[in-house]
Amino acid sequence: MKNDNRVNYIRIIATILIIVSTLYLLTRLMMPKYDIGVIEGALVAEYYDEVKGHDLIFIGDCEVYDNFSPAVLWQDYGINSYIRGSAQQLIWQSYYLLEDTLYHEKPPVVIFNVLALMYNEPQREAYNRMSLEGMRWTPAKIRAINASMMESEHFLDYVFPLLRYHSRWKELSSADFTRMFKKDKVSHNGFFINIGVKPAINVPEGRILANYNFGAKAMEYLDKMTALCLENGIELILVKAPSLYPYWYDEWEEQVKVYAKANGLKYINFLELIDETGLDFMTDTYNAGLHLNLTGAEKITHYLGEFLLNNTSLADRRGEADLATRWEEKLLLYNREIERLSAGLDVE
Amino acid sequence: MLFTSYEFIGFLLVLFISYYLIPKRHQWKLLLVFSYLFYFIAGPVYLLYITATTITIFFFALKIENLSKRKDENFSGDKKVHKALIKNKKWRLLLFALIINIGILAISKYTNFAIANANSVLRFFGVAAEKQFGFRNIIIPLGISFYTFQAVSYLIDVYRGTVTAERNPFRFALFVSFFPQLIQGPISRFGDLSKTLFLPHSFDRIQVSYGLQRILFGFFKKLVIADRVAVGVTEIIREPDIYNGAFVFIGMFFFALELYADFTGGIDITIGVAQVLGIKVAENFRRPFFSKSIKEFWKRWHISMGTWFTDYIFYPVTVSKPMLRLSKWSRKNLGTALGKRIPIYLASFIVWFTTGLWHGASWNFIVWGLANWIVIMISQEFEPLYNRFHNRFPRVKEQTAFKLFQIIRTILIMNMIRSFNYYRDVPLTFRMWGTMVTERNWRIVFDGSLLGLGLSMADYVILLLGVVLLVWVSLKQRNGAVREYISAKPYWVKFVIWYGLFLSVLIFGAYGIGYDASQFIYNQF
Repeated sequence: MKNDNRVNYIRIIATILIIVSTLYLLTRLMMPKYDIGVIEGALVAEYYDEVKGHDLIFIGDCEVYDNFSPAVLWQDYGINSYIRGSAQQLIWQSYYLLEDTLYHEKPPVVIFNVLALMYNEPQREAYNRMSLEGMRWTPAKIRAINASMMESEHFLDYVFPLLRYHSRWKELSSADFTRMFKKDKVSHNGFFINIGVKPAINVPEGRILANYNFGAKAMEYLDKMTALCLENGIELILVKAPSLYPYWYDEWEEQVKVYAKANGLKYINFLELIDETGLDFMTDTYNAGLHLNLTGAEKITHYLGEFLLNNTSLADRRGEADLATRWEEKLLLYNREIERLSAGLDVE
Repeated sequence: MLFTSYEFIGFLLVLFISYYLIPKRHQWKLLLVFSYLFYFIAGPVYLLYITATTITIFFFALKIENLSKRKDENFSGDKKVHKALIKNKKWRLLLFALIINIGILAISKYTNFAIANANSVLRFFGVAAEKQFGFRNIIIPLGISFYTFQAVSYLIDVYRGTVTAERNPFRFALFVSFFPQLIQGPISRFGDLSKTLFLPHSFDRIQVSYGLQRILFGFFKKLVIADRVAVGVTEIIREPDIYNGAFVFIGMFFFALELYADFTGGIDITIGVAQVLGIKVAENFRRPFFSKSIKEFWKRWHISMGTWFTDYIFYPVTVSKPMLRLSKWSRKNLGTALGKRIPIYLASFIVWFTTGLWHGASWNFIVWGLANWIVIMISQEFEPLYNRFHNRFPRVKEQTAFKLFQIIRTILIMNMIRSFNYYRDVPLTFRMWGTMVTERNWRIVFDGSLLGLGLSMADYVILLLGVVLLVWVSLKQRNGAVREYISAKPYWVKFVIWYGLFLSVLIFGAYGIGYDASQFIYNQF
């Protein structure tokens, strides 16, 4: 009898172990390997590997991770920054990423790129996934998912990604097997280096909109972001990166200016600083004005660095030995990546 | 709430756990609450319809039974007159209750069909469009055809005295609304379902695991097979001018597979859920694709619907006074042989016409029903010829090749008939049948054209394996229940089988983003 019981217990434990481990392995196998595919999906998760204590956190969409270089901010201004941005990151996702950041650190300054105000509804499931999957499980992530889901999505699909990605069995490649537990870093403090050049010629004008007012949900989250920063003693700075498309309407600009003024926030519209930053859309963009390339990003980052040192509490920290050592290593990787890209080498 | 949704799985989990935790005498009450909750989630307004049916049928059944009891009371007057009076009263009550409930079904489901037909007639007589009838925005409650038929069968059974009327309105409400079978059947009889529905049930590990296994197999059929092949079916229907000839032929097989896997998958889930709860729901299928004739097919496919039409339409119509008069007349004027058959054929016509109409408010369903009737009648007329052949060649009947021929012939005929419901357009169906002869495009089977139907080679492999599994299960079932066969195997063999099935649903199931969450086809009826 005793032996029978023991066999039963062993059987139950073995069964549970087999079930849990196969489901775990299948999940790892089926999950997209963002770092070798759509790299935007890998950006959010990389933050957690960082040593915290940043002076500045950028939050926003592609207009932050493509347009500002933390390496330049450190190298020339001694500002330790990180970008928490992903493709078409909606404002509520940015807000919850900020909440998530506050679980780890309290940066003195946060910069939010205002382009995301144009969206008042979730846009595409694929973008939701890229912004949300990398977040660690916290109440902020749960709220972010609930705020972001489209009608076709289900919360359980985020909890058990196998339910979402099971259909990838048809497209599995050898990389899915070999990279089940391996992930390469794709960003440099959240910045994605792109050295290509595609001049901005014939940039389309913005089409006429029926309503130029930002949506209620978008503004609600901007209010929440402002309040959260105020509550935590963080200076919130609004920026509009100098992307020529999506078109930035005067009516939108006016609303942001009014909001910034009413809430005592600094606001920099880089589209109005083309001469000051020295941007040249014939050479400083890799996709015809949508995003800046490395040279463009470095140009506006220089402007921003000056601005931050002169207008905020941030100070040059290059004298801090530990931090400087860490950045030395980061800069090495940053420069090596630029060299590799310049040489036109394939991704390893 | 789709049977294949996460919400339904969560709903079941909460029900199963609470069902076995509460005192047993309250179990049926919990089921009633969950059944109404299920229906409420589907659409709060639907509750009005199902409640109306429940109340009216409950009330009239009681009235009828009370009258039946009075029939046997001591009565000082003429007993014959008294009995006739009671019988007449019962009949009027039955008729009234039927008019109310069939009326609700007819109005909600067939008003717009009637309007469309009336407008066609008006158009024929040149009536201007603005003078024609406008379509009405009428709610069609989920599963109304199923629960109405189920409730009506109870009422008629009480009228006939074959079941005792339920005295507790809540128990009766549970019979009508029992959620697993509410939306796609089977159409249970009160006499069968009540045997286990209201009883207290202890947790029976074997029954619960058998129930869960049945649910899992239902999910496999629905998600891995039906919803996968549905992609090809939809594509072929969507572009009939492109997908003609051989595509029509292949589409018929795809549709047969989809319908079978979809409907039996849903019934597996229904029966499995009931089994977990300790309740026995009658089987609705018995390996229909092994049928050797259309008549046999209908004894194996959607059994509860077939027996419903037989018991509550065919028999009453056959023994009705006008039919008896017709029988007498036809025997006298057309001879005994033909005269005997004419009333039966007429009753069958009514049965198949209503069967078609029950499936949907559209002519394609009616034509589909009548096509079944024609084939069955023809095969009955040819029966003497078959018999003569088999008398001459008695060994042929027993040969496997002949049996196989009969099975394939039945499948092909059923596929042809079913294509009325596949295209849902009668003239188009005839046109597509024609293209099978005129278009010589059989090369599409081999030249990769089938990969243009939204199904990849991997999908076809999965479908093939799925069909092999279905056939294996069907063959195995001839010697007894498959679950019992598996349960006799060693633990790790059982584990590999059931966990393998679970993983195949999880991985190969056509659910989630990228797939449309398809409703079960029979939900629409």
